[in-house]
Amino acid sequence: MKTTTALASALAALTALPVMAADCPVKVGVLHSLSGTMAISETTLKDTMLTLIDQQNAKGGVLGCQLEAVVVDPASDWPLFAEKARELLTVQDVDVIFGNWTSVSRKSVLPVIEELNGLLFYPVQYEGEESSRNVFYTGAAPNQQAIPATDYFLEELGIEKFALLGTDYVYPRTTNNILEAYLQSKGIAQSDIFVNYTPFGHSDWSKIVADVVALGADGKKVGVISTINGDANIGFYKELSAAGISADDIPVVAFSVGEEELSGLDTSNLVGHLAAWNYFQSADTPANAEWIAAWKDRMGEERVTNDPMEAHYIGFNMWVNAVTDAGSADVDAVRTAMYGQEFPNLTGGTAVMLPNHHLAKPVLIGEITAEGQFDIISQTSEVPGDAWTDFLPQSAKLMSDWKDLGCGMYNTETKTCVQTLSNY
Amino acid sequence: MNRSFIARNPSVLIFLALLALFTLVVTGLSEGFGIGFISTSFVKVLGKTLCLCLIAIAMDLIWGYTGILSLGHFAFFGLGGYMIGMWLMYERTRQIVENALSEGVLPPTPEEIETGIGNQIFGVVGSSDFPLIWAFADSFVLQLAFVVLVPGILALVFGWLAFRSRVTGVYLSILTQAMTLGLSLYLFQNASGLRGNNGLSGLQNLPGVTAPQSVVSLWFFWASALALALGYLLVAWVVSGKFGSVIRGIRDNEARVRFLGYSVETYKLAVFTLTACISGIAGALYYPQAGIINPAEVAPIASIYLAVWVAIGGRGRLYGAVIGTAFVSLVSSWFTGGQAPDVPLGFYTVKWVDWWLVLLGLSFVMVTLYAPKGIGGLIDLLKRKRKDADA
Amino acid sequence: MKTLLLALCFALSLGHSALAQTRSVQDVLQSQRALIEESSRRTIGPAIDALVASGLPQIQKVLEIWQAKDMWQRKADGLFFTATKEADGTYRLRDFDQGADVGTAAASDLRQLKPNSGVRAMIATALVQFQLSDPDVAKRADALDSIARDPEVALLAPLRASIKGETDADILARKTRLERLMSMAYDSDVATRVAAINDMSGDLGVDFRATLNPILSVTRVVSKTRPEANIAQKLIVGSDALTRDAAYALLVAAGDAPVEITADARDATLEAHIDGGRVAGFPAAQLSTEVARDAAYDALVARDLAAPRVTQADIDASLATYRFFDVYAEPSQAVTDAAEAALAASETRVAISQAADLGLDALSLASIYFLAAIGLAITFGVMGVINMAHGEFIMMGAYTGYVVQMFVPNHTVSILISVPLAFAVTFAAGVALERLVVRWLYHRPLETLLATFGVSIALQQLAKNIFGTQARPLTSPPWLDGAWVINDVVSISYIRIAIFILALLFLALFLFIMKRTRLGLETRAVTQNPRMAASMGINPDRVNMLTFGLGSGIAGIAGVAIGLFAKVTSEMGSDYIVQSFMTVVVGGVGNIWGTLAGAAMIGGFQKGVEFLNPSNTLAAQTYMIIFIIIFIQFRPRGIIALKGRAAGD
Repeated sequence: MKTTTALASALAALTALPVMAADCPVKVGVLHSLSGTMAISETTLKDTMLTLIDQQNAKGGVLGCQLEAVVVDPASDWPLFAEKARELLTVQDVDVIFGNWTSVSRKSVLPVIEELNGLLFYPVQYEGEESSRNVFYTGAAPNQQAIPATDYFLEELGIEKFALLGTDYVYPRTTNNILEAYLQSKGIAQSDIFVNYTPFGHSDWSKIVADVVALGADGKKVGVISTINGDANIGFYKELSAAGISADDIPVVAFSVGEEELSGLDTSNLVGHLAAWNYFQSADTPANAEWIAAWKDRMGEERVTNDPMEAHYIGFNMWVNAVTDAGSADVDAVRTAMYGQEFPNLTGGTAVMLPNHHLAKPVLIGEITAEGQFDIISQTSEVPGDAWTDFLPQSAKLMSDWKDLGCGMYNTETKTCVQTLSNY
Repeated sequence: MNRSFIARNPSVLIFLALLALFTLVVTGLSEGFGIGFISTSFVKVLGKTLCLCLIAIAMDLIWGYTGILSLGHFAFFGLGGYMIGMWLMYERTRQIVENALSEGVLPPTPEEIETGIGNQIFGVVGSSDFPLIWAFADSFVLQLAFVVLVPGILALVFGWLAFRSRVTGVYLSILTQAMTLGLSLYLFQNASGLRGNNGLSGLQNLPGVTAPQSVVSLWFFWASALALALGYLLVAWVVSGKFGSVIRGIRDNEARVRFLGYSVETYKLAVFTLTACISGIAGALYYPQAGIINPAEVAPIASIYLAVWVAIGGRGRLYGAVIGTAFVSLVSSWFTGGQAPDVPLGFYTVKWVDWWLVLLGLSFVMVTLYAPKGIGGLIDLLKRKRKDADA
Repeated sequence: MKTLLLALCFALSLGHSALAQTRSVQDVLQSQRALIEESSRRTIGPAIDALVASGLPQIQKVLEIWQAKDMWQRKADGLFFTATKEADGTYRLRDFDQGADVGTAAASDLRQLKPNSGVRAMIATALVQFQLSDPDVAKRADALDSIARDPEVALLAPLRASIKGETDADILARKTRLERLMSMAYDSDVATRVAAINDMSGDLGVDFRATLNPILSVTRVVSKTRPEANIAQKLIVGSDALTRDAAYALLVAAGDAPVEITADARDATLEAHIDGGRVAGFPAAQLSTEVARDAAYDALVARDLAAPRVTQADIDASLATYRFFDVYAEPSQAVTDAAEAALAASETRVAISQAADLGLDALSLASIYFLAAIGLAITFGVMGVINMAHGEFIMMGAYTGYVVQMFVPNHTVSILISVPLAFAVTFAAGVALERLVVRWLYHRPLETLLATFGVSIALQQLAKNIFGTQARPLTSPPWLDGAWVINDVVSISYIRIAIFILALLFLALFLFIMKRTRLGLETRAVTQNPRMAASMGINPDRVNMLTFGLGSGIAGIAGVAIGLFAKVTSEMGSDYIVQSFMTVVVGGVGNIWGTLAGAAMIGGFQKGVEFLNPSNTLAAQTYMIIFIIIFIQFRPRGIIALKGRAAGD
């Protein structure tokens, strides 16, 4: 098995080499929504990619070729993501795609990428429970964001009762399921976990905030874990500060609130509430300072950087290095060269690409400051991303190892590969 | 009867001939069976456009001919997609699970297979139990029947209630919009059992079919063309006879038709239900080509777009609906695809990705104000000119 | 764990040595350096204790500086200082002991200590004893906050001692209340505790209930005999409180009964006993049903190769020999009885307050719906024009507020400017829309819908092109911050009260214009019979234009209000458009009281469903829509239907 894959990839690399030499420029597809509801977040990532590509071209491109960005607009329309991905891979013949934000858009693209053997870098924190041969997940898996943040709540803040508030879609649902299982394994009773789901863009938060306050009535310290998405956060935090809930009374840790989201808010009443990410703009390293300077120089002084941008930064640089190592932009050769790639994080330390297509990255917890930034109060060492969570019974027995096992969904109990293609 | 119907409606024949020609040309240029000039992704775009044309014909029947501006037909379209999607998803997952389990030491029990399928399908929403509405997902025939039955029955019940209470005009439009919103909110819920916001995905991979997508896309293209042809024939036949006269009468003066002794409600209900069924079929053909269906597809705005397509094409004529839909949806995808060149104005560069919707919105206004007959009106003008020339 | 313990012992011994020698603050800090640097709530305790125990006069100051994240460490030698930023970006360091200036250092040579909020809370607790009698009222309040958050036995004595000297009436009241609460939980004398509980019985405060509930916490005990403890209740197996499965699980957990064989365990056993393709004589390939697998397993049991399955009879037998109790952790029955009684007394009051709070929420939501819909009540309700761009007028109003705030930083002044300006902007937009589009379509209502929808998407995209897709901040003036707190359960934010008042004002304005002004008279005349109105000398064009402008202008003001309490994005309009139409239609077109009733009904219904199903707000919205659809079927003309010819068609 092992030898055949090695042989196959070696063959692929050999056959790809001569083709590549004539195949300039190297095309990089950018599949981010530039219109519709998700444009709010994804346009920034498109600009990030263009910045990175320009920087790389200034350094001489890759394999002696200039890089060419192919930007398409899937318009926050999930079926359109699949259509545009197919177009990128077959009509434009791109060598790699950087794109997607929402899980549903990724699920929409997956069958196309796998069918056409493309390569996708997905930069956003997500719910896990997936490992595709053709996707590298540079955002955080739940064990790289949700679990450490919950540990922080349990150990550092002494929280005994949890309110899991989320927007009603798959990331909060799965994350909260994992967290519920995790909290129960830590001895928190089911009755001490309050779960609520709200629609996208929800704005009427008074009752939910009142419900959370009421949780304190049995004398346990209450904390909120928020997977509330996008615009809805604005109303939520406004209601929170109107109700006079300080971070010392009921701390809120958010997984979807970054620097961009805070720029739509007056944060003076939110000081001390938390967010967990793998990156904060306030990280104090030379690499980060350089990146922020380049970004502001290109986009304007008032622009901020955030976690998915760093994910693209790492993902893109790793891809460039993998292409250089493989001597080819061919998907199979690059994929093989990706395993074990290392690249310095913007927050210090080194990110490593694991055989399960996830990164090992440090987890940072920051407190919101009055300036709309985060004050980093906790930074772990690198945590390896786990595709299949250990805290849900049906996925605890699964693992992903594309390098040696050649399988993204391997059942460690029966020692068999459940499937090599994803089931979307 | 049939001959006289065709003879009375030469445009039907012209349309069918053009559609057949179009299908042949696309096939000949495709990657699957032709010279590969048209990419598979474009074949899918064309196939989907044909499905949209089919629902546009239904919309034209209910709005252009009967005068009921329904803002709910995309809900029926979506339901059709969900119904076929359930079977596609179930069957594909069943094969994966059975393959995986058959490698175990003990042969799998039916319960194990059921749990395995449940885990795979509902794992994303944190569940593994099959909701009740999936009870027949294993049966292709039943789900196929549901494609027509579910939208049909919903339309029947909703229409019966609404028409019985004499809800008409803009009130009915708002009510149908409320129905669409209600349905999309319901589907958004994880508790709905249809995987919430994620919807059903990977629908382009037909279970048990190993043919490449370049071929599968053509199958669907042909099926869509056939459905459009049949739908066109059916609707053209419906509007050409006495039934057609009555519904046109309802559009122009409902009270008068009622006083003539016709049961206006029955006619309206029949049209509403029939168009809902056609929409369901269109949806069932559309979503396997799109690959994914989710609640956002059913959002109220989609139904409004549908009305706009028909308005731009020209109401009250079937080819108008087809032309409008094909034109707007293809132009739309061209502009948003980033292929349209930017227009530099010196002080400002017009990027079509940003300005296309502004243009589209304003064009609705222009069409309603200045060209209420839409693109079809242009054809009228041409015809009249030719007639004038003949005379 | 072991290393943790070791570290703890090490830290403790260091603490003692520091105590013995009592040197400078820096010495004490250095002795705890490792713990301070680690800065974790789990380990920091000894370090704080050591600082407090040193008895140095500067300790309160040091702790406050540390808590405020103003303590810095010089990387070169690890010494701790307080630092202030200089104009040139370097930091001026000051010594803790004498406050002496020890020069400046670059930020890169320093490390800021950032205690997390868990550590800060512990520092705050340590500070309580210094702050309780601090001359500064704010610090005394801080100390009380800290006690309220983390009540500890040790704090009871200093709290009691500080009550006597308290001069500030508010602080005194809080201190007395806290003293009562802590007496309930921590006083050593049962009679004092019971007295304190009875004293506050029926209190509504969250803190009161938060004190009593832990006293009433129970553990579940399995025993063959009645345990010698303060028993809360004896549980009956099979009741709702203790299901049969749960009871058996308790027995298994206690090691008093064998584990049930699960399907997975059975299959694992079967797999382990496959011998030549057969399990206990059954061919493995035929074990594809549950029944067959059970049979094979039973065959294994018969050959003594597997543990027997636990039958229902076994479970019944086990359950019959044991009894189940809930036992209070609190040993004194007098205290638990008093606590039960006191909580029961609060319960009704809490329930009533919760209902009142829900009522306020419903009222608030209704006023938001009403505010969003009132402009529509004019354009749609009175004039009969479907304006799908109504939501975009709301958005334009909100963006006007945002733009004004960019130029006028004072939030109060900017709001005072934005309200009339938003009205002016959207009034003008409304007039333009009426003149350019709507007036050509008065006889084609369905087409008005399409045309205005086109305007709506064009405006939405235009807003995106101008303001970007990111949500924009619209901040309320400081006097609208916070909430009106009636008690611990009932409260409502001032911004919502403001919206409520605004809605009432608009209602009054609408009634005034329609009933008392010439414009209102003319509008009603034109809507009822335009030709007759025209022949009476009314200019219908002008009236329509003004009425439409008025409706749009009100939408603009509503936009400012909605932006203040929620968000300002290009898509905010579409969030309200469908609901607004529903509000008008449900209420009854053409009647402002109907719109009011519609808003009240929708708001009330939605909050009602949220109350019944608190974990899923989306469901509440879905049911609301379904309810509206059904409602309209039975009352197509809405709650308040117009009668006679005015109803029209």
